[in-house]
Parts: sequence; C-alpha cells; structure tokens
Amino acid sequence: MESHDVVIVGGGPTGLSAARRLADLGIRDVVVIEREALAGGIPRHCGHLGFGWQSHRRLWTGPRFAAELRKSAKGLDVRTAATVLELLKDGQLRIQTPSGLGEMTAKHILIATGTRETPCSARLVGGSRPHGVMNTGALQQHVYLHHSKPFARPVIVGSELVSFSALLTCRHLGIRPVAMLEENPHISAPRPGDLIARFIFGVPVRTSTKLIAIEGRKNVEAVEIERRGKRERIICDGVIFTGLFRPETALIPTGLPSAKFSSAGNVRGPLKTSGECWQQGVLAAEDIAKRLA
Amino acid sequence: MEQRFDIAVIGGGVVGLAILRRFAIAGLKCVLLERGSDILSGASKGNSALLHTGFDAPPKSLELRCMKAGYAEYLRIRQKLNLPLIESSAIVVAWNEAELAALPGIVEKAHKNGVKDVRAISQTELRLKEPKLANTALGGVFVPGEHIIDAWSAPLAYAHQALAHGAVILRNAEVTDGDFARDAWTLASKQGKITASIVVNAAGNFGDLVELMARLSPFTISPRKGQFVVFDKPAFKLLRAIILPVPTARTKGVVIFRTAFGNLAIGPTAEDQDEREIATCDQDTLSWLRFRAIALVPALANIDISATYAGLRPASEHMDYVIEAVKEKNWITVGGIRSTGLTASLGIADYVSQLYDKNFGRLPKKSSEQFWTPVPNLSEGRIRPYMKGGEIVCHCEHVTRGEIDAAFEGPLPAGDMGGLKRRTRAMMGRCQGFYCSAHITEITKGRFDGKP
Repeated sequence: MESHDVVIVGGGPTGLSAARRLADLGIRDVVVIEREALAGGIPRHCGHLGFGWQSHRRLWTGPRFAAELRKSAKGLDVRTAATVLELLKDGQLRIQTPSGLGEMTAKHILIATGTRETPCSARLVGGSRPHGVMNTGALQQHVYLHHSKPFARPVIVGSELVSFSALLTCRHLGIRPVAMLEENPHISAPRPGDLIARFIFGVPVRTSTKLIAIEGRKNVEAVEIERRGKRERIICDGVIFTGLFRPETALIPTGLPSAKFSSAGNVRGPLKTSGECWQQGVLAAEDIAKRLA
Repeated sequence: MEQRFDIAVIGGGVVGLAILRRFAIAGLKCVLLERGSDILSGASKGNSALLHTGFDAPPKSLELRCMKAGYAEYLRIRQKLNLPLIESSAIVVAWNEAELAALPGIVEKAHKNGVKDVRAISQTELRLKEPKLANTALGGVFVPGEHIIDAWSAPLAYAHQALAHGAVILRNAEVTDGDFARDAWTLASKQGKITASIVVNAAGNFGDLVELMARLSPFTISPRKGQFVVFDKPAFKLLRAIILPVPTARTKGVVIFRTAFGNLAIGPTAEDQDEREIATCDQDTLSWLRFRAIALVPALANIDISATYAGLRPASEHMDYVIEAVKEKNWITVGGIRSTGLTASLGIADYVSQLYDKNFGRLPKKSSEQFWTPVPNLSEGRIRPYMKGGEIVCHCEHVTRGEIDAAFEGPLPAGDMGGLKRRTRAMMGRCQGFYCSAHITEITKGRFDGKP
C-alpha cells in the first residue's frame, strides 16, 4: 500500500499552506489530496478583491490568491480529482481517483476540508422547490467560473460578510438583488455594511425580517417574508442563501478517529478568512513536524 | 403520429409505466403520454420508497391484492433489472399503553392478510433490535418482510423495458381532449394526435379530470400532501428497521426509515389540499418532523438535515383503489392509487392486463423473447460507478461525470433537472449543490431540449 509521512485532505488555503510549511521544515514526503480538478479551495471562485493580505501582504482577488497558493505548492505532491472516501483509525485512507479505488496510509493525516454555507433545506425553509435557489458559493461558481447568470433579480438572505461577497458577485454580471434580508434587528457584518448595501449597491437591507417560504412552479417567482408578525411577498426570480457556515465534516462525523489525525482551518469552525486559514496551516504543519520528530 | 396503437396509457408515474411495461412485453403496440417534461414528475416523484408486504392494508381489498402481487414480482425481476433491495424489516412501535393494547390487533390483521411472519415483540427484544430508539418505547410488532427500495430506478427500469419491447413514451404530452368513435380513441395531446384502441387512465393526481373524457368520474382526487425531512448519512447507521407508529383511522402516520441512498428520513405528513401539482413544505411542519424524529431517535439531535421535500399522493374518497374497465368505452380506469403505488404498481399492471383479457379480448401470447434492461445502480451498499473510477462531479453523493453523461443517452434521456437528479442523485446530498451545481448546470446546458 502507498505510504507517506503526511497526507493532507483538502487543497485549499489551509492544506496548501501546511504542505508548503512541512516541505520547508524538511518533511518532503507529503501528499495533498484535493477532490476538485484544481486546487485552491473556496478562493478559486471568489472573483472580487479581498485576498492575500495576511499571507502575502498583497491585495488580490480570490482566483489570483488561489493561483499564488498553487504556485507556492509547486514541486509538492498535490493530487487533484482525488476524493477521500473514508478514514480508518490506524491512519489509513480509502481514496477514489479517476482510475478507481485505492488505499493510502500515513504517519499523520491533516484534515483541512474547509467549510460551506447552510443550504435552503437545512434551514427548513417552506414553499416549493423551484430553480434559482442557491448558496453564495454556487452563485460565485456560476458567475466567475462559468460566466452564467442564473437570475436577474434575486433576494439575498443573510447579512454576513459573505452576503456582501454575494452582492459583489451579482454586480459582476449585472444581477440586481431586490433586497437583503436579515432575521436579527442588526446586520451581522460590521456596521456601515447596510449603508454600503443601500447607497453603493442600491439594495435595501431589511432587518428583523424572516424568510418564510419560496414560491414558484418552475423558477422562483416570489418569496414570502415576515416582519414583526406581518407577512408580505417580495417578487423576485432567485434566492441566495448566504453564510451560516458549517464545517465540512463528512469525513469526521463523530470527530477525529485517533491521535494520528488532526484538523486545521475552517473545518474546525468558526469561520476564518482565507488568510487566517493560511496561518493555521502553517501552525498545523509545525505541530505535525514536532509530532513526527 | 399516424400509426394506431393498441393501448394508450395516460400518466408516466410508476403505475402508468408498470402498465406500459406489462402490455408492451405482451406484444401490444403501446404509447404512454406524460404531461411533465420527464417521467415521474407527479405523485411518483416524492414518496418514502418502501416495499410493503401489505400487512396493514385493508383485508380483502384490491389494494392488498395488488400490493402482494407487486411485492412478489418486484423480488422476482429486480436482479434482472439491477434494482436494489435493502432488507430492513419494519417495527410498529407502541409508545403508550393504549398503543400497546392495539398491537395484538395489528398482528391478527397481518395474519389475516397472509403475512404470516409478523409477530409481537417485547420491549426487551425491541431494545435489542433497535438500541438507538428512545427507551420509552414499550413494545412492537415485527414485520420482517418490509424493505427499502429506490423509488426512481424501479419505474425507470419499467420504462426502459417497455421501450425495449417497442413502446413509445411521449413527454410534454398533456392530453387535452379525447374522442371515442368507431371503436377507437383519438387523443389530442401537446405532442399531436394519438389514436389507440384502448385508453388506460393512470393520471394520478389528475385521474378524475382525465376520467371525464370517458364518463362521470367514479372517484374524486383530493391530493394528500406528505412532507419529509432527510437526515445526513451518519444517521443511516442509527436504525435498521423501518419504524412505524400505531396507525390511526386516517393515516399510517409518520414513519422513520433508512433510504437506499444511505440516509435516514422521516415522513410523510398527511395534509389534504386542492392543488394537484405543487407540494410545498412549511417551516413549522418541517421543524415538527425534525423534533419528532429526535424524540424517537435521540442521536439524531446531532445530525444535520440534508434535504426536505414534499410529495402528493392521489387519494380519493374511496378506501380502496378504483381499477375497472368501462367496456363500452374501451377504457380502463386506474384511480385513487394512494400511498402504496410503488409497491403495488407491478400488481396493478397484472390486474389491469386481466381486465383487458376479460373485456377486450385475449392478450397475445407472451413473446418468447423477453428483453431485460438493467438500469444503473444508485443505491448504497452495491457497486456504484465511482468505485470503478471516473471524475466525481457531485461530491456529497459521489456521482461521476460518466453517470451524468449516461443520463442523456439512450431512448429516455433526462427531460429536466429533476429527471437528471432522479437518474443520478446529483445535487441531492448535504450541500444541495454548493460545490457542484454551477458545474452541473454548465455540463447539462442545452441537453434537456432533446427529444420529447
């Protein structure tokens, strides 16, 4: 069976930074396993500025940052289109690659599988299930990776920082959100966010407003909202569910299998920026190096 | 379409497709008309995917007869069609003294229905069988023969087998009018005129409206909505048996069951509504279902919800199916097939073929050569394509690019995104398309506008 010093599951900012740091510390037998065709993680599809400051003291777009991450991993063993299916206690992994199933073993395994937004279903939203309902992550991929415009006048649910990323993403293709809905009395992002939304993007922010149901037969036709006990409809053609990030723990549903495993970055929650993940990857690598020494 | 068909089936749900299969294999020239852009667009799209023994069906009913025949035939043909069977058993669980007192009656009814291996089990045995079930359960009725299947692959396989025997399936083909003259029906549909000797009405939630072409409908559909909540994969391991409540007069109640795709689900509710097409979920009910599931299986409190859905079952005012031939109109009615249609479909098809024999002349002798059309396996615990390699496109459900492409090939390519999901499981997992929906939208672009 294929065997290595370290296997890193996930080729996003955390995983790639850990791999780089391990190599710099002299641990060269490291494999990064990334299930997408291209490493780089979430920043791959965040097409706007806001990346690279903590790690490189530069201000880049997400794709540029992802490209820099890949560049810094040059010469390292990063395997894309490879999916870890299962972790076994003794440090073994079951892996799927385009050529079939395989197994791998390592002295240490770092889980860096990141995070994703809570979808419509897990929020228990009512109504029908028309086309045009998605998370920010999917919207970004539509817009920045595939240059497709899934709707023209959506509502944005949530007001975290990522919700503003959704706004920026919409603007890129001329999508004009009709409203931003926030359940709480205040927006979740830092304070002038609502003013920025209203005055720079022209999108009203409606606080204390809960999304009750989505309407539409084939495509989204409207949403039903509730504000202070009163229900109301907003006509729209899409719904973007933003934020409420939850760690991607599918491989570790009941925690890490044994001391041969550790985790770093966003899979540990709560949400960190890509720069913070990069730094966590460095720390995780140093910790692993100590363990292996 | 100029040719004249022997049989026109209206409705491409599991019942219509099983009937189409039956007649096509028998050698008749058959056509099926489905109003949706793909098969399984109505009642058959959202159900609990269970294969029932009929232990709790009304005794001596046509429903029971069709369920038993359908159950047996599914087990006979499933391997040839590559259809799954997750042997699970079911337990009717009593949670209070009144329910406990009702258990002997359930066993008695099961035995009367010919399901002889049903027996009462004690609290101790129940805890041994299902240690994750809340310990407030008092006892139960054990039904070894209840199983889990895949609600979409089975009818897809029936459709393919019918096609292999020369049947024609038309989608986007809502029947708008019908005229019976000179011993033949002319059906006006959105895909043109169809002429057929006999019409079979298997129109599900629209059955009573379609029936009006032949006569005053002997039944009225009142669509019964069922909402479901699906828990993420780690929940699959929490139960083995399907957990049923002690039924009330109106409904079998909310069931907790594993799914063929490796999840655990709870549902359905039973809510009557007028709307025949759209089944909406509502937040309060979904939350109630979630809490109900946690009350029954406490470990579910820590497990994410991966999906919610609602389906409509074509209930009528009758306690039984309405399946009859209207001889003078060359018409066969198959109506009010409520929640048991998936199990009963093959049995219904057999019963309908007997009605044909009796009223419209002998079926041709079964053609000596039968074609079997195995469908791709979607269920967990059996070989799936990703295990042989390929590029995984949907990570949560391990769906490969090859499976997506295959869904657009063959005589019945996916007609819409829902049809693609039902053929592949793509985007149906915990992330609901966060990672893959944009990619899948890209690779499916323009491919749904193929043939009708």
